[in-house]
Amino acid sequence: MFQYLVKRLLYSIPIIIGITVLTFGVMYFTPGKPIDTMTDFNPQITSEAKERLVKLYGLDKPVHVQYWNWLKRVAVFDFGKSFKDGRPASEKIIERLPATILLNVLSIILMLVIAVPVGIYSAVRKYSLFDRVLTVVVFVCFSAPVFWVALMLMIVFGLWLGWFPISGLTSFDFSELSFFGKTWDLASHLVLPVIVSTLGSFAVLSRYIRSGMLDVLKQDYIKTAYSKGLSERQVIFNHALKNALLPLITIIGLSIPGLIGGSFIIETVFSYPGMGRLGFDAIMARDYPVIMGIGVISAFLTLLGNIIADVLYAVADPRIRYR
Amino acid sequence: MKKIFKNKAAFISIVFIAIVVFIAVFAPFIAPYDPASQDLSNRLAAPSAVHLLGTDDLGRDVFSRMVYGARVSMSVGFFAAFLTVLIGAVLGMLSGYFGGATDSIIMRFTDIVLCFPTFFLILLVIAFFEPNIYSVMIVIGLTSWTGLARIVRAEVLSIREREFVLASKMLAVSKPRLFFVHILPNIISPIIVYAAIAVGGAILIESGLSFLGLGVQPPMSSWGQILMQGKDYIYVAWWLSVFPGMVILLTVLSFNLIGEALRDILDPKET
Repeated sequence: MFQYLVKRLLYSIPIIIGITVLTFGVMYFTPGKPIDTMTDFNPQITSEAKERLVKLYGLDKPVHVQYWNWLKRVAVFDFGKSFKDGRPASEKIIERLPATILLNVLSIILMLVIAVPVGIYSAVRKYSLFDRVLTVVVFVCFSAPVFWVALMLMIVFGLWLGWFPISGLTSFDFSELSFFGKTWDLASHLVLPVIVSTLGSFAVLSRYIRSGMLDVLKQDYIKTAYSKGLSERQVIFNHALKNALLPLITIIGLSIPGLIGGSFIIETVFSYPGMGRLGFDAIMARDYPVIMGIGVISAFLTLLGNIIADVLYAVADPRIRYR
Repeated sequence: MKKIFKNKAAFISIVFIAIVVFIAVFAPFIAPYDPASQDLSNRLAAPSAVHLLGTDDLGRDVFSRMVYGARVSMSVGFFAAFLTVLIGAVLGMLSGYFGGATDSIIMRFTDIVLCFPTFFLILLVIAFFEPNIYSVMIVIGLTSWTGLARIVRAEVLSIREREFVLASKMLAVSKPRLFFVHILPNIISPIIVYAAIAVGGAILIESGLSFLGLGVQPPMSSWGQILMQGKDYIYVAWWLSVFPGMVILLTVLSFNLIGEALRDILDPKET
């Protein structure tokens, strides 16, 4: 096990380097210089002052030197100062991170709570009415534009029914509320964003579980279990379930970038104060330090999620370790 | 080919896509109004016999804008999917066929791209280059190929060692011939399935970009863009948000159902 863990960690080193190279590369090769936002709208700026700015940010040095200098700072978690308000980019990102992680963790939990029973049931009762209806639901969820679903839910539950607030994470009077009031306020703000971010991934996940379960049900040991005279319930819950749910670990790991990517739209639509919204605003304002910070941090989070998934898989399935 | 018409869902999907493509191609003959002509005296008119789907905040006919929007959405969908398939299939085949260092480099690169939230990468590149229909197509294509590369690689790996490939190698079949005549036909089905689904995916991404104001720019219209304009008038003019969303949903759904039907037909072992 220890050997596997070491191997897995060593294997991620080139990927970490690659993540930083790609982030830096995308920013370096896109048109426009980071200081453009400061110089373009300042009619009084002299070419001399411009040069000084270029020197200050090291933009006159060759690419690899610029990359190396940036990397050295990234290593100590310093992405530079935001062009917008001069605060350290890492600080701005970190204060938004909990909201995004909260949203995504809740979505993953909700996704599992719905997808697992639904996937298993439709595998066990393959081609039943439930399975067929579900297949349709899954395809519709999978094909619907996230932001449009968000809009429709906002109209129905936010405006017509008035059940949930439609934007932000807290109400204006949040700080004056009691502990329970605060919890309730947070929860009601989270309902719609969590539902929207769950919809698409729940659909995909339940399909995976269905086909995983179908594969397992075809195995010989399931036939053996049935021929021993065990009830269907026992066979499914004691014999099939564990094996059918194994791939789930990897799928959840793989769905992290999708969830974080989805946060960009969902957080923007719901004015949710998370990293995605910060990222979108930063992109629109060409706030290079924040953009690069978010790129690196979300890629690292994904990588970390995948490593944890792989290790958990190895813990759950001993066969993997010996490959 | 006959089988796909027996699958009811897939048949309806194909008919639907055919209609949308037809509308896109013959947009100037189908649209009752000029999609860009404004009529400020007739703003936000509800759907009626004169304006089938109502008018928007500048008094433009929504139906006509949707008809022209079909052009943008469909061409972005098809072109981006084409690019996705081209990159994914080529990288996957190279990786699977040559193995060794080529394989390691391509697969590590795929892993790295997979670590980034696709939508973030797309937003980033689009925002810094000029957002227009071409950059949208290209960027979607450049970021959506990772899944296919992995699938194709796995397929090639499993086929590379089969007897018929060894036999053709012994017969000294030239490399390109081996590749295109013997290997490609055997891995084409997952590629076709992926392509069908990729068209829908690209349409979704385009609509998301347009919704954020980073897709095609006015006066060109796309479904996502109509939605974006509609969201500000959601209380007074629901038709601006409901219809474009429905059309996007149905179009993407059709492509996904076609993909699923193709999967069933081309790969009978799957259930």
